Amino acid sequence: MTHELGEPVVVIDRIEKRFGALVVLKDISLTVRRGECVCIIGPSGSGKSTLLRAINALVPVSKGSIKVDGIEVNDPDLDKLALRRKVGIVFQQYNLFPHRTALENVMMAPLHVLKQQKADVEERAKRLLAKVRLSEKQDTYPGELSGGQQQRVAIARSLAMSPTVMLFDEVTAALDPETKKEVLFAIRELAAEGMTCILVTHEMGFAAEVADHIYFTDGGMIVEHGPPGEFFKNARHERTRAFLDQVL
Amino acid sequence: MKPVANGSDLPVLLPIRLPALPASEFGDRLVAFFASRRAFVAIVVLAASSVAAAAAADAPMRPGIFETVLKWAPLIGTGFLFNLAISVASMMVGTLAGVLLGLGQISLLRPVRAISWVATQFFRNSPWLVLLFFAMFLLPFEIRIGGFVVSLPAWFKAIIGLALPVMANVAEIVRGGINSVPVGQWESAESLAFSRMQTLWRIILPQAVKRMIPPWMNLYAILTMATTLISVVGIQDAMTLTRGALVAEARTELYLPFYSLLLLYFFAYCYPIARLTQRLERRYAVKL
Repeated sequence: MTHELGEPVVVIDRIEKRFGALVVLKDISLTVRRGECVCIIGPSGSGKSTLLRAINALVPVSKGSIKVDGIEVNDPDLDKLALRRKVGIVFQQYNLFPHRTALENVMMAPLHVLKQQKADVEERAKRLLAKVRLSEKQDTYPGELSGGQQQRVAIARSLAMSPTVMLFDEVTAALDPETKKEVLFAIRELAAEGMTCILVTHEMGFAAEVADHIYFTDGGMIVEHGPPGEFFKNARHERTRAFLDQVL
Repeated sequence: MKPVANGSDLPVLLPIRLPALPASEFGDRLVAFFASRRAFVAIVVLAASSVAAAAAADAPMRPGIFETVLKWAPLIGTGFLFNLAISVASMMVGTLAGVLLGLGQISLLRPVRAISWVATQFFRNSPWLVLLFFAMFLLPFEIRIGGFVVSLPAWFKAIIGLALPVMANVAEIVRGGINSVPVGQWESAESLAFSRMQTLWRIILPQAVKRMIPPWMNLYAILTMATTLISVVGIQDAMTLTRGALVAEARTELYLPFYSLLLLYFFAYCYPIARLTQRLERRYAVKL
């Protein structure tokens, strides 16, 4: 991408995550700067999703430090509300609220968590739905939307909190190729506008196109990282090359 | 007393003649019959015809059985309304306490969770009649609040006694309903900075309540039928009144029609609830 990168927004410093004896994340450090789009790729079970969830404290880490816009995440006195206002996350399974319409899904958090004025919230929610090209579906319930439409509502719902960083956890993995495009399009636009994004993805083509920096993880560690041009053409590491041979 | 094979005027002692079918075929028919919706009609007809049959066998001097049943029906009906009042009150108390207990089971505080779990298991696995006795004899007949003496009448204690097992069952319904909502809903609510209470109230419960309603209605129907237990602890309900009427009439041929009448009252009330429950179950089963 062509925009200017700002100061570091997410700084992960040597974190470790263990479930009992199982080490899921080992000595992971990475920095994401404002406006940067980072893609994390790697085989299943390499800890990508755990890493993403650690950033907004859905998964507590065992060791190390994660700083998001100055807030230390690995802190027992963490103000989770403050952190989660800064970090939006979109899940593979959309997780929309099925008892609320698309518009209400987008409105709920600003209305009830941020206690903003209803008229303002509604206007903004409509703009966000227009942004993901779903204006005509605002009164539809999630059960009647396609996977791709649901995922775009989920993106709008996260954006409604005006986050500093957006996390995407394999958001296209459950979608068919057609609807996948719509979602990738929405993310590409977001990145182009300068939103700081961290994506866990299996879409190599998309990663190559949209990312400023690519991290390859395996066995809970970062094996290799670099800008996409360099990363895809001359991967230095044996494991990276083996993985890329398989998926490309 | 010697059993009378034939020529008895007591309808209850007349032999039942079964149609001459092979045993297995008869069994199949019986099962098919009770599975059918016609069972409802048949039970009504059976009750009515038992009244008529008894009337036919009636001695000429006494008033007819049908008239006698009609004479007592309003009184037994008021008793039945009392049973319904008890069932509604018990359900309200039990539901209120059960919701708290059910939410207690998913509390983040370990002691609250443990106490709620123990209470639920204890009251869910106790016989209703024993719990009723428990409430009748362990609750005082009056309590002192400040300077006031509030007496606790028997019906009040009965409501509490029946509310105890209802509470435990409602707690399980609430817990099960909440757990049936996918964890992804909790995760996404959490990541949108909803507090736990907000998540529960605005996101989880609205989805879970739909799934709680059918088993809750089912429980209510069971409770309504169980209210006749209070006759055992000396409260004048429909059951007691039926027995009283039979004692007053002192005619054995009235037993079947009178208890049929009582059954009909309950059936007419509980059967529609059961049908509605089934309908709701089917409707909510499809949608998330």
